[in-house]
Amino acid sequence: MSAGSGGAPAGSAPAGGRDRVLGAVRAAVRRDPAEAAVRRAEIEARIAAREVHVRPPVEGDLTARFAEKVALVASTFAPVKGVDRVSKAVADYLDEHGLGREIVVTTDPLVEQVRWSNEFAVARRAADPDDRVSVTGAFAGIAETGTLVFVSDRRTPTTLNFLPETHVAVLARDRLVPHLEDVWERLRDERADSPRTVNFITGPSRTGDIELQLEIGAHGPRRLHVLLVDV
Amino acid sequence: MEGTSRARAAPPRVGLFVTCLVDLYRPSTGFAAVHLLEAAGCEVAVPRGQTCCGQPAFNSGDAGTARALARSIIDRFEGFDYLVAPSGSCAGMIRRHLPELFAGDAGWRERAEGLADRTWELTSFLVDVCGAPAAERLRGAEAPRGVRRATYHDSCSGLRELGVREQPRRLLAGVAGLDLVEMPDAEVCCGFGGTFCVKYPGVSGRMVSEKVENIAAAGAEAVLAGDVGCLLNIAGRMRREGRAGRVFHVAEVLAGMADRGIGEPAVGSPGTTAAGGGSGGGSGRGRAPER
Amino acid sequence: MIPESHRFPDRAGLALADEGLRLALDRARQGFIGNRRKAVDALPEFPALREAARRIKDHTLSNLDLYLERFESQVTASGGQVHWAADAPAARARIIDICREAGARTVTKGKSMVGEEVALNEALEEAGLEVVETDLGEYIIQLADETPSHIVAPAIHKTREEIRDLFAKHHAPLGLGPPGLGNAELVARAREVLRRDFLRADVGITGANFLIAESGSTVIVTNEGNGDLSNTLPRVHIVIAGIEKVLPGYEDLCTVLRLLARSATGQEMSVYTTVSTGPRRSADLDGPEEFHVVLVDNGRSGMLGGEFREMLRCIRCGACLNHCPVYHAVGGHAYGWVYTGPMGSVLTPLIVGLDRAHHLPNACTLNGRCEQVCPMSIPLPSMLRKLRARGFERGLGTRTSRLGLAMWGFLARRPALYRPVAGAAMGVMGWLGRRRGAFRRVPLAGGWTAVRDLPAPEGETFQRAWRRRGSGGR
Repeated sequence: MSAGSGGAPAGSAPAGGRDRVLGAVRAAVRRDPAEAAVRRAEIEARIAAREVHVRPPVEGDLTARFAEKVALVASTFAPVKGVDRVSKAVADYLDEHGLGREIVVTTDPLVEQVRWSNEFAVARRAADPDDRVSVTGAFAGIAETGTLVFVSDRRTPTTLNFLPETHVAVLARDRLVPHLEDVWERLRDERADSPRTVNFITGPSRTGDIELQLEIGAHGPRRLHVLLVDV
Repeated sequence: MEGTSRARAAPPRVGLFVTCLVDLYRPSTGFAAVHLLEAAGCEVAVPRGQTCCGQPAFNSGDAGTARALARSIIDRFEGFDYLVAPSGSCAGMIRRHLPELFAGDAGWRERAEGLADRTWELTSFLVDVCGAPAAERLRGAEAPRGVRRATYHDSCSGLRELGVREQPRRLLAGVAGLDLVEMPDAEVCCGFGGTFCVKYPGVSGRMVSEKVENIAAAGAEAVLAGDVGCLLNIAGRMRREGRAGRVFHVAEVLAGMADRGIGEPAVGSPGTTAAGGGSGGGSGRGRAPER
Repeated sequence: MIPESHRFPDRAGLALADEGLRLALDRARQGFIGNRRKAVDALPEFPALREAARRIKDHTLSNLDLYLERFESQVTASGGQVHWAADAPAARARIIDICREAGARTVTKGKSMVGEEVALNEALEEAGLEVVETDLGEYIIQLADETPSHIVAPAIHKTREEIRDLFAKHHAPLGLGPPGLGNAELVARAREVLRRDFLRADVGITGANFLIAESGSTVIVTNEGNGDLSNTLPRVHIVIAGIEKVLPGYEDLCTVLRLLARSATGQEMSVYTTVSTGPRRSADLDGPEEFHVVLVDNGRSGMLGGEFREMLRCIRCGACLNHCPVYHAVGGHAYGWVYTGPMGSVLTPLIVGLDRAHHLPNACTLNGRCEQVCPMSIPLPSMLRKLRARGFERGLGTRTSRLGLAMWGFLARRPALYRPVAGAAMGVMGWLGRRRGAFRRVPLAGGWTAVRDLPAPEGETFQRAWRRRGSGGR
């Protein structure tokens, strides 16, 4: 095995690594130790300021823009008038693709409100390898790019966004925001600590790795369907 | 133009930096440049003792030689209102890189910057500095004999270091009987690259063969550019592939002085040279008439 | 891999003779350039974003020590662990240690260029681990035992026939017959096989497109979703990242994200942008139990302290490769190491040493297209020139080219000598070439005449003709 961890026994951090790297970086930026505290305060202030840089304007109706962008990234979109119609909307979509009625769902407040009709077999858990359809609550939608945002916690496991072949995302209309930056704004407001995973998802899984030809459904979902719900 | 009003009183004094390739290989380009500058109302001089802009040294990492040449250029040209070169590459060297060579020498750096600010590639000088009235006076040259359709290759330094793109096209629009057609990838490098072309002939050869293919695809009878380096490369490859098609510096066409194309014989009729292989190439180009 | 960059001319020769490669590169160029063009044209703010991104990155690099410390403390606070590796062996050793401590046998990997840089896979395999690349392109080249030929599309040089054959050979032991030749069939096959690996892996290793100092998060940007399966399913998630990847906060990330996908593939956003912070929270239903970030220097602090700092702005989008005519002619493997094209021609000599890669900065026409499209405004041509200067100082390069350059420089500095010598030479050449107009062979100009004729000069030099015509007073 390679040397280089300075002969450190397995299990202990290579003692010199941190000092060596940080020392070299400090030398490279000509860090004056006398000023480090001031500079540190400056970068803290910069981080705290959360300055937004350049944002392309997102004008007009957010929903229209979002729907347009979603369609451009090979996803499908359906507006739903009220949570009580979500079950029907999901059933319609599944029928369209011959997908039966077995679904795994998140337990976030929005999806929890859905009254699934009797024909559905609904599981509430993280994804299993054999799951075919997930229905997950989105934290936000971004009109700028047609992106959905999912945040992991005990109610919204990440695997549901990736393992099933068909992913139905449920997004409350009031969680549609214009820009990427707005998502972070909301996360900071609404969550005390940062989640393990924040997924920005823009369309179904794809690859261009074979002869640069676009192919949908590489490792993640082959289908992404967005239900935008008036709540 | 900053010098328009001045030009009426005293014409702008232009030092022509002829460039080593024009000096050695293609004097016709130099005379065409002088003709155009004078027609635009400038007083043109060719300072003695000029050789090269130093780019081969600069681009090979030999800053010492490049600096020595830079000093000599500054000495010879800083007395003029403008330095003009019939080359985007050499003008780019002087305008963009000369000051870099004197990073640690304030005096020379200031002089280098002073000259750099007054350095222009020929076609951009004619359009951007001499202005519309002068450009108007340059209209009306006749297309080279046998050439109706020509395409323009954007040389890299001119395009990306100096923003030369529309100027030559605008001037060429004033040439009588000449249609300018765009080739695919006109802005892609021809593979010359100074010493690159002799250090990596295989790669350079692939690049120039694609360029030559694109010229043929445009259906042009002639290819024009603002740099003799690119033109030697392109003409050499066209000859090697036996392609028809003529090669001129843009100044020669603008001045109505395009007679013998680059790579054509000095004896015998002009334009008969490239027919050897006869494969591919521009189709059915009319033979240039006998002199 | 052991750098083979000193063999650039031979490798380029092989590449030029490869017709399949030529088709692949043509296809790649068309696709990448056109898609980027459309995406950039559709966003009037692109230049302003570029400028903002440059400022963000320059600021971060000037304070890199402080941002790294900030990043580290946030990773620790969220329950993760940061490891520091000064060089490639240290990075490999550290990651092997983490895998051993976890009792790991199988590792799935998302695409990581720094992983390629430190030759992680070979080291893990030598340490007895099974390593599975899961990005489709990386998977294909792993099966073929090759290196990536493009930083965004690693298997760009492979045809579907070759891929089908690779799959047929490597999937036979799994009891699977040869897949069909269709794109969809090949992708479906890879999905099926790799799904098994995801589910049994103990450790997932991913790279990071960005590190966020504000939160101690790592960010990956992908299209396939393999990175997400790698960082969610296995028990241990290891992120390997160069130290230059830090950004201050989320708003900075948003700005750079708007440039990345547009420059790389022409998308507005890649399909998956994933921000990972620490291990799974106690109540979470999935996610890794351990989260490690290995920060790799491997030459970067040297760049930071010298004239190559701006190279550390690179976000590995591949736009410079896609627009490079040399890359287009020879493809990625000619460059002989993991980084290719213009960015590779700067990075490779700085990481593996100029003496082992001096061809790369020279094998460039300085046409400037790379700088024009670089979303981070890296002055690639001037960096290549600086590397040439270092090579010149150290006497690298062939004797012939140095001699030629020295002779030319000697003459050019002596106009009184240059004039008669040039005049005589051009006179002779003009006369010899007067009938054909060009030469097929010229002594000492084999590099030129190998692929093209040398047009004959007109005969008299301009300066002589000018003086002779009595214009000498001017």
